[in-house]
Amino acid sequence: MSGRKLPSFTIWRAIFVLLMAAGAYSTYLRVRYGLGGVTNLSDQFPWGIWIGFDILCGVGLAAGGFTLVAVVHIFNIERYKPILRPAILTAFLGYVLVVLALLFDLGRPDRVWHPLVMWNPHSVMFEVAWCVTLYTTVLALEFAPTVFEKLGWHKPLDWLKFISVPLMIVGVILSTLHQSSLGSLYLIVPHKLYALWYTPVLPVFFYLSAICAGLAMTIFESWHSSRAFGRALELPLAAGLARVLAVLLMTLLFVRFLDLEQRGVLGLLGVNRTETWLFGLEIVLLAVPMVLLFKRRVRWNPAKLYGCSVMVIFGFIANRLNVSVTGMEAGSGTHYVPRWTEIAVTLAIIALGFAVFRVIAQYFPVFEEHREDQAHAPGEAREAAEEGIPAGVG
Amino acid sequence: MSKAILYDSTMCIGCRACEGACAERWHLPYDDKVASETRLSAHKLTAIQTFGEHFSRRLCMHCAEPTCASVCPVGALHKTSLGPVVYDAEKCMGCRYCMTACPFQVPAYEWNSRLPKVRKCDMCYDRQRAGKVTACAEACPTGATTCGDRDALVAEARRRLAEKPGSYYQRIYGLQEVGGTSVLYLSAVPFEQIGLRTNLPQQPLPQLTWRVLEAVPDVVSVGSVLLGGIWWITNRRDEVARAEGGKR
Repeated sequence: MSGRKLPSFTIWRAIFVLLMAAGAYSTYLRVRYGLGGVTNLSDQFPWGIWIGFDILCGVGLAAGGFTLVAVVHIFNIERYKPILRPAILTAFLGYVLVVLALLFDLGRPDRVWHPLVMWNPHSVMFEVAWCVTLYTTVLALEFAPTVFEKLGWHKPLDWLKFISVPLMIVGVILSTLHQSSLGSLYLIVPHKLYALWYTPVLPVFFYLSAICAGLAMTIFESWHSSRAFGRALELPLAAGLARVLAVLLMTLLFVRFLDLEQRGVLGLLGVNRTETWLFGLEIVLLAVPMVLLFKRRVRWNPAKLYGCSVMVIFGFIANRLNVSVTGMEAGSGTHYVPRWTEIAVTLAIIALGFAVFRVIAQYFPVFEEHREDQAHAPGEAREAAEEGIPAGVG
Repeated sequence: MSKAILYDSTMCIGCRACEGACAERWHLPYDDKVASETRLSAHKLTAIQTFGEHFSRRLCMHCAEPTCASVCPVGALHKTSLGPVVYDAEKCMGCRYCMTACPFQVPAYEWNSRLPKVRKCDMCYDRQRAGKVTACAEACPTGATTCGDRDALVAEARRRLAEKPGSYYQRIYGLQEVGGTSVLYLSAVPFEQIGLRTNLPQQPLPQLTWRVLEAVPDVVSVGSVLLGGIWWITNRRDEVARAEGGKR
């Protein structure tokens, strides 16, 4: 089957090999010459795209995992179950890659474990470190059933099923904490972060926008996997998520402008500065898909739906880069443009993520149709899910 | 009694003796090239800057409630009761949050080292503990940099402001900035004209994040109950529906 698709895949494989080679070379430079040898970071600008993109965007884009866990298992909206596993896998890989990226960025990666033993509860970073560690563990346990099913390990499966509800609740709470805390990281720099982004409610915005990004990412990844594996797109589910996404985007944009108005900085939008234009870009990339996704015919059109999810993802990335890079430049009195080696590491990590997702999705029962041979699924739940009707109706 | 440094820009002649003494104390190289650098860096922990006919001096401000110490996830930085904010390189994992957060842009990094550390002035903590003044204060030939108890230095600064009102901008920088610092400045001109940041709040910055972190236990407890409750209700609804469906 994969033989038929070989020509198109060779291009992707070539790109993959190229990215990995560039990443490997940059990694060598990073290890050999330190951060100064591969980054354009400076004492004035100590955090670059490895924090702004790899960490802030990586964690946010992985938010689909906890969002769908909450939807399917806590709110019990079972019809979304078919896209739960891919969302959990995306989240799990996302967090593993975030930790990998962190090892590049930390000056002393060998001490990455220090916050777990050397506590400082006054530090947002300390809280984030604990949450990310614990949540990555939770995600591993949430994804483990997929692996155990494949291997036919029933004992651990039963055990995981027993702890699954508290585990999922813990996962949602940990996500709520650190998704918002990534915004709290910037509460400490009122004098540096440009007023279009600095607000006391930054953690709330980070949380809301992460959920938006997570939903967009779930749609994005179902579209890609449907193409890669020649499956039909779960369109009713994707369209359902898109409707929620539209409402959340509207809420996010509304509260953001309300906040600008409340802080009396709306006038900044009339100032001709780089910040204004990049703020505009970020808003447009979120507002356009919001308007489009309110239309039923857009939601039910795979190509348009996909386009909208991509816009939301880019709008989200623009926001995080604005907070961490653009918005910090003027206040730091310097300019920062990442060196090619910084970008090479980032791209290699993304490429690795796509490749590993593909391999795992191919060999493990991530998608519904792979799960036909699953012997021990609760019968009633499966039937209800297949009928597409919540059991409670009538 | 908390120690402090008073830097009086009107008395500074820009001789850079403080820079040399600081480098010597840290065993850092000091030559014409380093002397010509005007920024703080991993190899220059204090720097004299020139603004027209005025001089200014940069060094760690040793805040009363240091932002760097509050943000450090491993507690590598802390404010000693003696006054200096000190750094424990053995704990530091190199996240550089202290550098991002410091309102005075003081901590510097050893960017080109394979085992890098943060570098910053520690107000000669070892010398102060031994009852000696800082190396910079000892080296200063004009008395522009003096070292002593903070209260005494604030009183001295006030005395100078009152004695020669015409020579001074009538404020002490560091008295209230981000809750007060252990380095105080006097200047002939407004402080922004000698390169100091004047857009800082009077409240210590750590409060900004602590307000949010304080809420963590509430989020955890209320969140668990709420999510557990929602799960129980939705699950129970399905169970009841299933049981009734079975009877039918």
